Amino acid sequence: MADPNKVDPIHQFNIENIFAIGGNDGGFQLAFTNSALFMALTVGAISAYLILSTSGRGLVPNRAQVLSEMMYEFVANMVRQSAGTEGMKFFPFVFSLFMFVLVANLLGMFPFFFTVTSHIIVTFALAMLVISTVVIYGFMRNGFGFLKLFVPSGIPAPILLIVVPIEIISFLSRPISLSVRLFANILAGHITLKVFAGFIVTLGSMGALGILGAALPLFMTVALTALEFLVAALQAYVFAVLTSMYLNDAIHPGH
Amino acid sequence: MEAEAAKYIGAGIACVGMAGAAIGVGNIFGNFLSGALRNPSAAQSQFGNLIFGFAVTEALGIFSFLVALLALFG
Repeated sequence: MADPNKVDPIHQFNIENIFAIGGNDGGFQLAFTNSALFMALTVGAISAYLILSTSGRGLVPNRAQVLSEMMYEFVANMVRQSAGTEGMKFFPFVFSLFMFVLVANLLGMFPFFFTVTSHIIVTFALAMLVISTVVIYGFMRNGFGFLKLFVPSGIPAPILLIVVPIEIISFLSRPISLSVRLFANILAGHITLKVFAGFIVTLGSMGALGILGAALPLFMTVALTALEFLVAALQAYVFAVLTSMYLNDAIHPGH
Repeated sequence: MEAEAAKYIGAGIACVGMAGAAIGVGNIFGNFLSGALRNPSAAQSQFGNLIFGFAVTEALGIFSFLVALLALFG
């Protein structure tokens, strides 16, 4: 992997310090990394766009304002459908999550840009935020009635012995599946892109016939880039839908 | 056999589990399409369910990917 002539598809995920405080003597280090930079860029881009586009508050919205209103309506409808009108109190939470994941994924599609969501620690932090919100709000609102979540109604007692452990395991696997789904999709997609891009370089260095052959992986790279844009938007949508469905469990724990 | 080689073989075998998820995801989208073509007016309202089913099915494929990662780097 250290061979400098080979294309290293993992290199894009390296976290590098931009500047750091402390840590010289092996102690605690506070570093501003490229990951932190792109998280800040993501939040900055979302805030700047939403604030600037809606500050005019036109009765007849211009193009930028229509787009922000569409995104608002899109997430609002999603929350209302999955979690009910009562779930709308979590709308700012779901909207922030959706926009963060979407814009982080889309920013990552630019060449030489770092993809924040390709690191499990970032997505796992987001997933734990969702699950702890569900657990804490579920207990706050329903008390121990929240545990009804694990006991589906209308099932005979002997089958409950099997169903309850399954429900508990499925609940416990939620933070893992929520975080790993996003991370694995983005990671695998970006590695595939770089591997095909590497084929172009390798084939291109093989002379005239190789350059002709390199058109094939070039076409694949273009197609994969389009697919990755789809995946970026789809995974943000999936993340937000699942968040509102889990919040629905906290609001209405009975099946 | 070297432990390193066994790691890679194990990771490869773990990825076979993705075949199941692939069949599941194919089933979901295939059945959605056949249903949507029979009743196109109802298709739009079921998009959320489609994505939810896709996400839940895909999660199981993701778990096998996770096992492969654990075998490689764990």
